[in-house]
Amino acid sequence: MEKQAVIQQKRKGFHFRLQVEERSDEPPKWLSPLLTVLALVVAFAIAGILIALVGGDPIYTYSRMWKAAFGTWFAFSDSLTKAIPLIFCGVACSLAFHMKIWNIGAEGQFFLGAFGASLVVLAPIVPKGSSSWVYIPTMMLSGMIFGALWGFIPGYLKAKLGVNEIISTLMLNYVAVAWNNFFLFGKWSYQGFQMSEKFPKEALLLRLSDIAKKYNIKALQGMALHLGIIFALVTAIIMYFVIYKSKWGYEIKLTGDNPNAAKYAGINIMRNTILVMALSGAIAGLAGASEISGVVKRFQGSISPGYGYTGVIIAWLSKLNPLMTIPVSIFFGGLIIAGREIQPSGIPKMIQGIILVCLISFDFFLHYRIRISRISAFAEE
Amino acid sequence: MSDDSPFVVEMKKITKKFPGLTANDNVDFHLRKGEIHALLGENGAGKSTLMNILAGLYEPNSGEIYVKGQQVRFRSPRDAIKAGIGMIHQHFMLVPTQTVTENILLGLDEPKFIMNLSKYDEIIRQLGIENNLIVDPTAYIWQLSVGEQQRVEILKMLYRGCDILIMDEPTAVLAPQEIDVLFNTLRSMTEKGKSIIFISHKLNEILEIADRVTVLRRGKVTAADMPIEGVTKEELASLMVGREVIFNIDKSACHAGEPVLIVENVYAENDKGLPALKGVSLQVCAGEIVGIAGVAGNGQRELAEVIAGLRKIQSGSIRSKDLDLTKVPIKKAIEEGIAYIPEDRHHVGTAPNLSVVDNLIMKNYDQCPISKGIGMDEGAARAYAESLKDEYDIIVPSIDTPVRLLSGGNLQRVILARELSNMKSLLIAVQPTRGLDVGAIEGIQRMLLKQRESGGGVLLISEELEELVSLSDRIYVMYEGQIMGEVHDGDIRKIGLMMTGTRLEDIPEEKTEVTEGEKA
Repeated sequence: MEKQAVIQQKRKGFHFRLQVEERSDEPPKWLSPLLTVLALVVAFAIAGILIALVGGDPIYTYSRMWKAAFGTWFAFSDSLTKAIPLIFCGVACSLAFHMKIWNIGAEGQFFLGAFGASLVVLAPIVPKGSSSWVYIPTMMLSGMIFGALWGFIPGYLKAKLGVNEIISTLMLNYVAVAWNNFFLFGKWSYQGFQMSEKFPKEALLLRLSDIAKKYNIKALQGMALHLGIIFALVTAIIMYFVIYKSKWGYEIKLTGDNPNAAKYAGINIMRNTILVMALSGAIAGLAGASEISGVVKRFQGSISPGYGYTGVIIAWLSKLNPLMTIPVSIFFGGLIIAGREIQPSGIPKMIQGIILVCLISFDFFLHYRIRISRISAFAEE
Repeated sequence: MSDDSPFVVEMKKITKKFPGLTANDNVDFHLRKGEIHALLGENGAGKSTLMNILAGLYEPNSGEIYVKGQQVRFRSPRDAIKAGIGMIHQHFMLVPTQTVTENILLGLDEPKFIMNLSKYDEIIRQLGIENNLIVDPTAYIWQLSVGEQQRVEILKMLYRGCDILIMDEPTAVLAPQEIDVLFNTLRSMTEKGKSIIFISHKLNEILEIADRVTVLRRGKVTAADMPIEGVTKEELASLMVGREVIFNIDKSACHAGEPVLIVENVYAENDKGLPALKGVSLQVCAGEIVGIAGVAGNGQRELAEVIAGLRKIQSGSIRSKDLDLTKVPIKKAIEEGIAYIPEDRHHVGTAPNLSVVDNLIMKNYDQCPISKGIGMDEGAARAYAESLKDEYDIIVPSIDTPVRLLSGGNLQRVILARELSNMKSLLIAVQPTRGLDVGAIEGIQRMLLKQRESGGGVLLISEELEELVSLSDRIYVMYEGQIMGEVHDGDIRKIGLMMTGTRLEDIPEEKTEVTEGEKA
């Protein structure tokens, strides 16, 4: 016992050791961006090794990916187009996450938004032959209302009955797809196909290619980028101010950080839970509406490769800052486009996954520091 | 305790640096076999750092540690425990859904696979009896009182063969009776040759229990290895804070005005749905401090919460002037200037990850001048925070620092600054000085008196009897959710009897001089 008491480390060969310590102060401001860059470098290195292992040339692969995503204006337009629904969904999730409401339902809210926009054309709510000044605002509004409804349901259940929003929003995603299918297979089916007829051009968002046609600008020909990008940017900016500059945003952050303190400060948590979920749903609904009107051009199935779920990731990577969702979404939009260039599935998804894991793991260094200390010969004895 | 007992722990020239501060600066510390050695210091003086080094949680930047004569180097608490040093933390590390025995065995190599708990139950029962630590080994942790849980923590260390115990503010969580039991246990353990380090900043306790004391101030030793005999409380206090501390508070005569709080026959339940308040009635008038005394857990916390609107009542009424506090939303009460210093600074009083600014404006973010339409005037908020920071001496690197990085005293100052600056008529203060050092306590007590002098009513709920008696104009005593009686003259004997469940009217008058005129 007494002999054991003396602890002496006699590991030969190691003259230094690593020690992990929790940070007792705030990390410096430059650390977070630096870590993001480092994480990306590490992620692409790991992915490169895997590409090499399956027999590919990582450098060539990456250069092709870069060209496909951002190499030309045409490619960039495609990446931006993909970024539109991602920005909306990222902002939607960021808002809810600030209050620590885990809205995993942006996907379902996206589908309902698409439904809401289509309803305007197909019901029809707006008489046929109306101008786009009537069509577009009505479609966007309707998309937001339906998205908001899809957010309101879990929000209300959480506020009044304490239903876990992770489960309810996730389940409602499946209901949303089924709801859309009901109309696709039934009332709105066009000649027996699982899609509606094409929307009139007044119900479509303006694209760069339309401008090219109208003013005969060669450079913009065939570019798919649509007006939705403006909506998305404006939404992100507005939500930045709502979250960081408004009283309501303060209430949300306070509630998210400590609901007891919020209650103690007299904040109505129940009302805010419902409002946040409804607004989060409305923004995700706007994603669906803009996608239908700007890209798909008709009501149909499989309109989302998981934009809503990617929104969760984007919100997280943006550190819940709506303005940061813009570059992150463009990056992810580029990855989607680049992925199509090298392989229909598989490697691109894998690269996405590796980037995500690296970015999240590197956050560790924001909260901990690693010390390397030399073991002196004296201490060794 | 003789001077020639051998040293069991010698810490020599220990220095530990953290970014931005030196927590321990060339600190020497000696512990003799069989003594209770108090380690005294303000919050942030470096007591916990020093002991965390001894317990293997931190490694010092420089310095040497000898245990029983041999130099040691601890890499983890496991190493320290092997050397016989066990630390009992302020916050217990027990699994509530497991039994005492299971908790004690947790993490050990024995038993290996088959538990055979009954055998170990018996061993632990014996160990408890030997050391005067009576606790049922088969009970689940959640069934135990705080005092019993502490005994389990001590047993855990004894079972692991520790004969040097570090107790980090062991009395902070205990009721007065439990403190007596603990002290008896500590004494009987030292008689059996165990050595105990007692970290505290409560001077009375140190004078009562310790054999020797080492005092730290700002990371340096101000009194090393000093025998406790002949030392006065005032001496200790000045060693600790570096200046004379006034213990007697000068307080002007009470000029009680109109009632600002009237509680009538209130019934309410606690978190577990059991009755916590059973017909409580009391009054607080403008310009007086009314104390609520009682052993922890007799409904004081619930009383504060119902007044603050955080807990629903079942029947009765709570009014402040013409405001029915049970009906109006909390926001309305805040606007009317009812301030509340909650007991739990971390879980109720502040939002840990938000900045000092955001925490300071919690109660008036939607009032002029910070509120601006639907937005907030950031400039006004910052100016407000800066002015409170200066007025209340909040020491922070910047007002953008998240409050989780603040020390206990500074955190409490943030809460006080916020509440007192928004207070108009009534302040409910629950344990406002708990866990703070002498200097901070004094400051806070002065602030409470200032509120009283400027005509505010203060309801002070505290377990520090001394503080209650010196500050309060009247004291109600609570026991099991009821008011046992009210004293005006701070008669400790009566308060003590009422705290243990005797009604004021049943207390026999003492033969010696007794002040008349108090009625329940």
